[in-house]
Amino acid sequence: MGLTKRFGGFTAVDGIDIRVEAGETFGFLGPNGAGKTSTMRMIACVSPPSTGTLRVLGLDAAAEGHRIRARLGVVPQDDTLDTELTVWDNMLIYGRYFDLPRPLIKERATELLAFVQLGDRRSSLVDPLSGGMKRRLTIARALINDPELLLLDEPTTGLDPQARHLVWDRLYSLKRRGVTQVLTTHYMDEAEQLCDRLVIMDDGRIVATGSPRELIDAHSTREVVELRFATPEEHDRASAQLHAASERVEELADRLLVYAADGDATAERLTGNGLRPAAVLVRRSTLEDVFLRLTGRSLEEE
Amino acid sequence: MTPPLLRVVEREARVFSRLWRGSVFSSLLAPLLFLGAMGVGLGGLVDERNADVAGVTYLEFVAPGLLVASVMQATAGGSLWPVLGGFKWLRTYHGVVATPVPPSALYGGLITWLSIRAAISATAFLLVAAVLGAIPSWEGVAALPVAMLCAAAFAAPFAAFTATQDTDVTFPLVIRIVVMPLFLFSGTFFPTSQLPDGLRPLIVLSPLYHAAELARAATTGHLGWGSLGHAAVLAGCLAAGAWWGRRTFTRRLST
Repeated sequence: MGLTKRFGGFTAVDGIDIRVEAGETFGFLGPNGAGKTSTMRMIACVSPPSTGTLRVLGLDAAAEGHRIRARLGVVPQDDTLDTELTVWDNMLIYGRYFDLPRPLIKERATELLAFVQLGDRRSSLVDPLSGGMKRRLTIARALINDPELLLLDEPTTGLDPQARHLVWDRLYSLKRRGVTQVLTTHYMDEAEQLCDRLVIMDDGRIVATGSPRELIDAHSTREVVELRFATPEEHDRASAQLHAASERVEELADRLLVYAADGDATAERLTGNGLRPAAVLVRRSTLEDVFLRLTGRSLEEE
Repeated sequence: MTPPLLRVVEREARVFSRLWRGSVFSSLLAPLLFLGAMGVGLGGLVDERNADVAGVTYLEFVAPGLLVASVMQATAGGSLWPVLGGFKWLRTYHGVVATPVPPSALYGGLITWLSIRAAISATAFLLVAAVLGAIPSWEGVAALPVAMLCAAAFAAPFAAFTATQDTDVTFPLVIRIVVMPLFLFSGTFFPTSQLPDGLRPLIVLSPLYHAAELARAATTGHLGWGSLGHAAVLAGCLAAGAWWGRRTFTRRLST
């Protein structure tokens, strides 16, 4: 409650209030610099809040950090895998940091490496692994203590589409097993895929809260017409015309977005009104549109 | 329950068990070559001239000096670059402190490990030195804990310092300005009585001088009440370094 994190004169997280229920997958969606990672580090009990109260798994984060950390799994934004150890030893040593008995670690490590499809790489060093494999190993390692809460900071940033889908698939499977997950992302498709509920963060503050569906319903229309124009002059002219016609428009560098309940009808009406776009695309609203609506900026252009 | 500090030691030991062959040269072979060249070669010349080096042969004089000097050197190497790597290049320390292991235990574990590693190479060094006749007294076994204390006394402030650094640009300076002069002039290769009169009183400021005196008292069988004073200085360095390191590690890893 009222969670705030300051670094010198800079306020990274500015008084946010959130509550995550057991078993749900909760997301922080926002551009880089929105305060997502700072928030995650506070929840992970590696960074004390400047002000505000924080309870994690029913414990006070300020006083019982090590007890909380014992029950958390953390997948940080940058891999912190031990490159001086093999895949197997990474699991073993990480388990030892939690003071788990060796036979239990071995049993879980075998299971978890199979779960993330790295069972055949156990004697490999970390460096030869691909980015997606490292990510999966980080996830497996974070699960070694059978955590009640899994924290994932940008779990698929930097991965190719195939590797992303594999990670999503594994996270989805954890969700089915009832593992509570809190994740940050600046990919709206990731948030839509994985999160039961999410907050949209911008500039250290929460600008909206809800399920992906609720957020879209509350802050966007059902459909969006994307218009691209051949020249900047045509783009500007169309923009002026649409604003004059009091359509709901958002302007991006390379295209105009027109919000409407019925996209096809709107597209037809607009082209009938003398607009000559080079390309027209009608699509469903996404969280990207919600973010654009609430902040006037695009998520991924940061 | 295994104390968090020992879980960190376990990790270091695991890496060492994979990579120890690579460190054999710097931590063992190099000191032994020095022992051959200086203790036996140069020492032959010194002893022929009947020069008095604290009433023992030059080999007996230089062996304990070499022991602690190379322990210091290996420890400095182990608490500068690899520690910065854990913070910055490999980021493994960030992974450690996400577990119940706090930054202070990580720090303590690293110091403890460097001390254990010093014991491993000191054991090998002392065995070879004993075979060469450089260890005249059975009290020489006490040189082993001395080597461990010496390692901890240097590792504690060095690792604490590393945690305050963003890059490794200062490290070569630390080696040239701190480690090398101590290595050469701390009563390791020649008695401090050879130092210029003006400098001689300053030698007590060198922790390595106290380590060398202590190790020499052990290997030559002269351990006594004075040895406690030397040990106390080293323990003081360790305590002050640890006080600093707990702070710098915590500040670096949990802000």
